[in-house]
Amino acid sequence: MRFKLRRDTILSVLLILPSALAIFIFVYGFIAFTAYVSFSNWNRLVPDYTFVGASNYLRLFQNPRFIITLRNLGVFTGLFVGGSLFLGFFLAVLLDRRIKAEGFFRTVYLYPLALSFIVTGVVWRWLLNPGSPQMGSTGINLLLEMMGLGFLKSGWYTDPRVGIIAVAVAAIWQMSGYVMAMYLAGLRGIPEELREAARVDGASELQIYRFVVLPLLRPITFGALIVLGHISLKIYDLVVAMTGPGPGYSCDVPAYFMWELTFRANRFAQGAGIAVILLFIVSLLIIPYLRYSLRREVEA
Amino acid sequence: MKLWKFLAVLVAFGVLGLAQAGNPLVLDKASTPQDIALSVFGDAAFAPAIMRATNSKALVDPTFARITRLDEVLPAGAKVWVPEETWAKAFLAVWDPNRVEDLFGGGKLVVGSWWTAGGEAEGLEALFALYREGYPDVVIVNATVAGGAGFVFKAVLKPRLIAGDPPDTFQLHAGLEVEGYSPETYLRPLDDLYAIFGWDKVFPPDLLDLMRYQGHYWGVPVNIHRSNVLWYSKEIFAQYNLTPPANWDEFFQICEFLKGKGIVPITLANAGGWEAPHLFETILASTMTPEEYRGLWTGETPWTHPGVTKALEILKKLLDYVNPDYSAHTWDTVLEYIAAGRGAMNVMGDWAMGWFMAKGVDVGWAPVPGTKGVFVALSDTFAFPKRAPNPINVIGWLEVCGSKAGQIAFNMRKGSIPARTDITPEEKAQFNSYLQSCMDDWARDAIVPSVMHGAAAPESWVVDFKDAVNLFLVTKDVAGTQAALVAAAKAALGK
Amino acid sequence: MRIKPLRILLYAVLLAFAAYYLMPVYVLVVTSLKGFAEVNLYRMWNPPRSFSLESFRRALFGGMGYQGLAPNILNSVVMVLPATLISAALGSLNGYIFARWQFRGANTLFTLALFGMFIPYQSILIPLVQTLRAVGLYGSIPGLILTHVIYGIPITTLIFRNYYATVPKELVEAARIDGAGLLGVYRRIMLPLSLPGFAVVLIWQFTSIWNDFLFAVTVAQNPAVQPVTVALNNLAGSFIVEWNVQMAGALLAALPTLLVYIFLGRYFMRGLLAGSLKG
Repeated sequence: MRFKLRRDTILSVLLILPSALAIFIFVYGFIAFTAYVSFSNWNRLVPDYTFVGASNYLRLFQNPRFIITLRNLGVFTGLFVGGSLFLGFFLAVLLDRRIKAEGFFRTVYLYPLALSFIVTGVVWRWLLNPGSPQMGSTGINLLLEMMGLGFLKSGWYTDPRVGIIAVAVAAIWQMSGYVMAMYLAGLRGIPEELREAARVDGASELQIYRFVVLPLLRPITFGALIVLGHISLKIYDLVVAMTGPGPGYSCDVPAYFMWELTFRANRFAQGAGIAVILLFIVSLLIIPYLRYSLRREVEA
Repeated sequence: MKLWKFLAVLVAFGVLGLAQAGNPLVLDKASTPQDIALSVFGDAAFAPAIMRATNSKALVDPTFARITRLDEVLPAGAKVWVPEETWAKAFLAVWDPNRVEDLFGGGKLVVGSWWTAGGEAEGLEALFALYREGYPDVVIVNATVAGGAGFVFKAVLKPRLIAGDPPDTFQLHAGLEVEGYSPETYLRPLDDLYAIFGWDKVFPPDLLDLMRYQGHYWGVPVNIHRSNVLWYSKEIFAQYNLTPPANWDEFFQICEFLKGKGIVPITLANAGGWEAPHLFETILASTMTPEEYRGLWTGETPWTHPGVTKALEILKKLLDYVNPDYSAHTWDTVLEYIAAGRGAMNVMGDWAMGWFMAKGVDVGWAPVPGTKGVFVALSDTFAFPKRAPNPINVIGWLEVCGSKAGQIAFNMRKGSIPARTDITPEEKAQFNSYLQSCMDDWARDAIVPSVMHGAAAPESWVVDFKDAVNLFLVTKDVAGTQAALVAAAKAALGK
Repeated sequence: MRIKPLRILLYAVLLAFAAYYLMPVYVLVVTSLKGFAEVNLYRMWNPPRSFSLESFRRALFGGMGYQGLAPNILNSVVMVLPATLISAALGSLNGYIFARWQFRGANTLFTLALFGMFIPYQSILIPLVQTLRAVGLYGSIPGLILTHVIYGIPITTLIFRNYYATVPKELVEAARIDGAGLLGVYRRIMLPLSLPGFAVVLIWQFTSIWNDFLFAVTVAQNPAVQPVTVALNNLAGSFIVEWNVQMAGALLAALPTLLVYIFLGRYFMRGLLAGSLKG
């Protein structure tokens, strides 16, 4: 038995090896290369690996556009992750009420996941086009007007104060269905007895959600956080297709800025610097998740 | 002593189309390519050109000899192809004697561009058709990637250049955009081909100046677009009896008047982030002389120049008269204002004409106020990477791009004008009336380079310039923006 | 559930959200049925004046300045099937080992793998091109498949690991007492149980690989092998965008993934359900 275990351990390492090797090269090798470039003088097309210290980072942080993109990323991540979680959970709760034609609703809420940001970005650019007094309203503003909700009209992404929020609206539309599906699955997995027991103890429906359901759904929330988080940090295709950088860079995000710095301005080192900063932010986000999930496993 | 007697051989041109310029030759006695070269060109060094040209023919017409070595003795009666002297010279200029594989013809021609749809794709296809007539043995690979004037294309191309695996030729804006490709490392200078094909005589001197970077030519221009065009609604201008404004005072009078009528005086787009900077560059061309404007990009005119201040003030004032939703519009969708009679004017490059024609809108045009006699130009060229996998096939491609036939065929479809100045009145008559007037201006005006379309400045500078103008739209801070523009120039020029 | 008006409100809210989710597709469909002269931002909600599939025909088969999407759809199929299958298989194996055979350092390794999900891909295009060239796969469909498989490892591993973690320990123990080794447990216990997990991973990977543009345009620079996303992007000219053709193309390119969700959506749900309550 011991011997067998050891043989299996070796086998398990062997089976992981190809994946580990691929990840080692294609992820860590490339990250190392990127980090190396970010400290170099490679700011034209011909590679120049002369070490220049942190000067690329200094220049980035002196660039007002970069600061704006970082702030936008924060706002976008908060809205997009929070909004998707909230809307997804809300829809899941509604759908969990023994709905007729549940399959229809589920499919309709879920299908945006099948589309690419490049496609939906263009449509959302149209939908959130605010129109103007001369041409009249259009898109969503026109719909709001027709429904008598004209006071809700907004300049959307043409208004520097709204800007990135409009992008978040489109992104939430795209991903909230996925969160809905995860939560719905989670809700179905909670044994009815648990809720029943709470009811017997005199808990209100709201209290049941607050004290019974939500804690049980926490793993799902964390899983969804990871998926939404990685989309959020890397988002750029939606911005490209939908708004571009927007007025005063109000819709700009670091990943888009990185693209322009690297491939247009040839500032490969500065572009690499942005990538490193993004990865640093990721590690801040992912470490708590892992500590949480590993701690849970120890308990289990 | 004349060794050879030339026989004119009739080849079924109908089958091949128009063949590569040159002549077939049937040998009346056994001889090597070197012998033929010596007798035809007076120089045995041309033998590889004859070998290559003949082998290319043999791939599509088996009556031609296949030549495997430069000293191979071909029997009497063998048919070879003697290329035209210009091509033969270009061949010798380009051919690397270590590359024996280039003597066998065929292969590919990978053409990289961002012309994927509509008139520009049809124009590209017309160039391909001309190329195929001359070089039917070559397979053209149309490697296009669309997206925002090369926004995506460049990101695909640059890693390939760095990796040493470029396409054979690729689209490049004329002017300082070439700096972004580090031409001294990655591109082949074209001075010799300019001399051989006589391009240095058919393009206007202002354009040739623009094409030279570090003293060399790096691309062959196929077309010219104009950036400083003021489009106006003929309907609105006729209704209120207005004439196109010649200067900014007239312009703002018209704006004030139209604003009172509930019409958007000047429509603006900026969803792509380049449209407002494009407008600004045309304003810059109006507040200073062409020499001063050109000097902005060479360091001869300081960016503290009062003309820059004035241009920013004009843009600031102009923003009071634009549609509020400009950042939601790309350059084309904003033209709906003019089509619907709700907007009066727009500043956009002359590709807008294609949109107006497709939508059936009757539109008028004039130079942007204050830029009469100034032609803010942009041009697409094709470059020749040093490590092009099929260098010999590129010669014919550049020849087609620079040729009159190529330029006419391409530009009629794309809606731009030939860069060559030797277009005859009959040839000109094939273009629409806007393009004809544009050709007149091209021949007459002072030509200055467009910033936003790669001509005036290296791309890193363009990005800084664009960023400064885009922030200005929100801050409207004249002094601060001018300071940012000064800093951008300093960073780019290193002084 | 006892009070009827509440029920009606519930359905009203559900329907309102359905309308919200369907809105963009409505715009896509009506625009693609219009002619270019009729396409107008300000009348985007108006139905087309006449019914015409011309835009679809041009988007699919080309003509009048367009390269059709048809050959590229085939390229996408050739690419997406092996890439999806291989990355699911790898993910399943990795997930199983990480969930059940935690050799020393397995957790660290898993963390490191997960981190790979987060790289902004546009920052690694240059080393990617150089690496693929070095192994001779640059510019080909196999190169693209390899890229998708590798960058798919983190997410597929994550999903399967969480899924296998829900399989009761007792089942595994029982099989081990019966003498099953690492592969035996996988084959006899895990694999038969993991069909719902495969449904989730296959659907997820199919969609993201099908929709990928960045790798497609960078790795497959040879037009003969380009996937449909690249061709779709090419339907837009730099100076003229015929929105009707563009949107028809977008619908055509999205059709396979849409069909997958419409017809296989419930397996996706079932898979999520089966693997849910463990993070």
